[in-house]
Amino acid sequence: MPLAMTALLEIRNLAVEFTTARGVFRAVDGLDLTLDAGSIVGIVGESGSGKSVAMLAVMGLIAWPGRVTADRLHFAGHDLLHLTSRQRRRLVGKDMAMVFQEPTSSLNPCYPVGWQIAESLRAHHQVDRRAVRELVIDLLRQVGIPAPETRLGAFPHQLSGGMNQRVMIAMAIACNPLLLIADEPTTALDVTIQKQILELLVSLQRERGMALVLITHDMGVVAETAHRVLVMYAGQMVEEAQTARLFAAPRHPYTAALLAALPELAVDRQRLPTIPGVVPGIDDRPAGCVFHPRCKLATERCTAEPPAITRGATGRVRCYYPLDAPA
Amino acid sequence: MPALMEARELRRYYRADTGLFARKGTVRAVDGVSFTLQAGETLAIVGESGCGKSTLARMATLLEPPTAGDLLIDGEPTEDVSAAEHHKLLLSVQMVFQNPYGSLNPRKTVGAILEEPLAINHRGDRHARRDAARAMMAKVGLRQDQYGRYPHMFSGGQRQRIAIARALMLRPRIVVADEPVSALDVSIQAQVLNLMMDLQDEFHLAYLFISHDLSVVRHIAHDVLVMYCGRTVEHGTKQSVFTTPLHPYTRMLLAATPLLDAAQRKTAVVVKGEPPSPIDPPAGCVFASRCPYATEQCVAERPMLRQVAGTRVACHHVEAIG
Repeated sequence: MPLAMTALLEIRNLAVEFTTARGVFRAVDGLDLTLDAGSIVGIVGESGSGKSVAMLAVMGLIAWPGRVTADRLHFAGHDLLHLTSRQRRRLVGKDMAMVFQEPTSSLNPCYPVGWQIAESLRAHHQVDRRAVRELVIDLLRQVGIPAPETRLGAFPHQLSGGMNQRVMIAMAIACNPLLLIADEPTTALDVTIQKQILELLVSLQRERGMALVLITHDMGVVAETAHRVLVMYAGQMVEEAQTARLFAAPRHPYTAALLAALPELAVDRQRLPTIPGVVPGIDDRPAGCVFHPRCKLATERCTAEPPAITRGATGRVRCYYPLDAPA
Repeated sequence: MPALMEARELRRYYRADTGLFARKGTVRAVDGVSFTLQAGETLAIVGESGCGKSTLARMATLLEPPTAGDLLIDGEPTEDVSAAEHHKLLLSVQMVFQNPYGSLNPRKTVGAILEEPLAINHRGDRHARRDAARAMMAKVGLRQDQYGRYPHMFSGGQRQRIAIARALMLRPRIVVADEPVSALDVSIQAQVLNLMMDLQDEFHLAYLFISHDLSVVRHIAHDVLVMYCGRTVEHGTKQSVFTTPLHPYTRMLLAATPLLDAAQRKTAVVVKGEPPSPIDPPAGCVFASRCPYATEQCVAERPMLRQVAGTRVACHHVEAIG
């Protein structure tokens, strides 16, 4: 298999810029990510950290006035930066697919769910109507919808949020994608439904050998699902590591502070450690390291010049003073 | 001494026949929930969407009368009282809402938002109200120069501080908080939870804390009441509910909550199914359709809440499950 030799998705120095009335805003700044076939990467960050925008750029879903630049943006042998619209349409929805956050508002309310799942099959494969019906029923069965024959004609408003998310996943996997990007796939769902959807995503990923990118703000979700984790803050990747290592021994001060703020790790009813200040917005991105105004360890060097990414034995970190560095 | 707030078999039903195509029936949003709440304590109401926790919150804030059952404050009934008495009761319970982007009037400054409850209730003159608003701003960690700013100039966490400050302006004894941190990012959530705990100590507040996030509840609560489809399935101290959960639904919730360290999880339950519709729910145990231990008895007969090892639990098979 040639794919096993090179990475499935290779991102070098990805930037997404939006030109606003107040100047150019970098929603994503210098992101590197290499994703192998069959792996699960979690991207975590708070709202506005650029995690969704980065993956929308990979999918080619950034519209004007957004601008995507990169040194390298390769997916399964395709250069995503220099695709014609026609080539991109053949790729997106087939070899790379996406599941969005709000299933009930992402589905088209005017068409039955069976029709919506069949749409991608019709667009990418030449199959006759009878075969499509069978394929759709099989897909609905794979995503765990009971009595799939009777659900083909159901409209999104007739199904629960969890069932709609299963429909979204069925649409995404219809053409056997190599890469599935799930953007907060369970945020709108209750915990018992969330658990079932995550289990479904992981089992589909394993059966099909897909690569899965899981975008979420929930640390617990990545801890239980992903192989590797990428932490984003204010448009930049601040740390990337193997999951267990990241949660056991975070190296970037932001990762450490974020984990410490979780009630799960705190002592009963004691004050939670907090991160002072707020995430910088469009106007107040600081010079130097983007985290320095909120960082306990910041020095003059951090305020003056942005740190580059250093690669260690167990991952990458964007910090002059990573927490495991010898003093 | 009577409890600060006591609910006895509270019920709230709605008629569900408003839609053109909707089937007719009765939504039993809350169906017999009892609890007591003491000053300085936090009772967490836990459950998934549609389980009736927000309806319970509206009854606890006296915004909606119960269909049946009694709500007592200081041992006194809250229904069939004089208008003046009712007004006094209303002041003792205040509410903090989930979404700080929707619950603050965008056309009013922070100062006006905080002074409004005082003005409505004719407390003090203009200067006294302004001083009270400024004092409360300091308590919740807002700067004095932010007095004249509008809600859109604040971040989500700061807006939730404003909402909490507004709820405290009339010095209530009970604060009902409906998912107060679920719209906030992790680092901000920690700040707001700290603030709520500090204010509880300072004013000896009782919190009715409504949440679906078990790790938040585990941190802030004293007692936990787990609701499912309008009914209490388990009610006990936080320690007993989290360390020895008795009801199969509580176990399923704990099994489904993602943890940083999955090895910490003690409950291994297969998580399956979805809650039944609260319109004409099943006659027996409402959880029977999803329960791995369900028997014919569960389908036929509704389990009553009973005391098992200091916890109230509604399950026929608690002892058998072990």
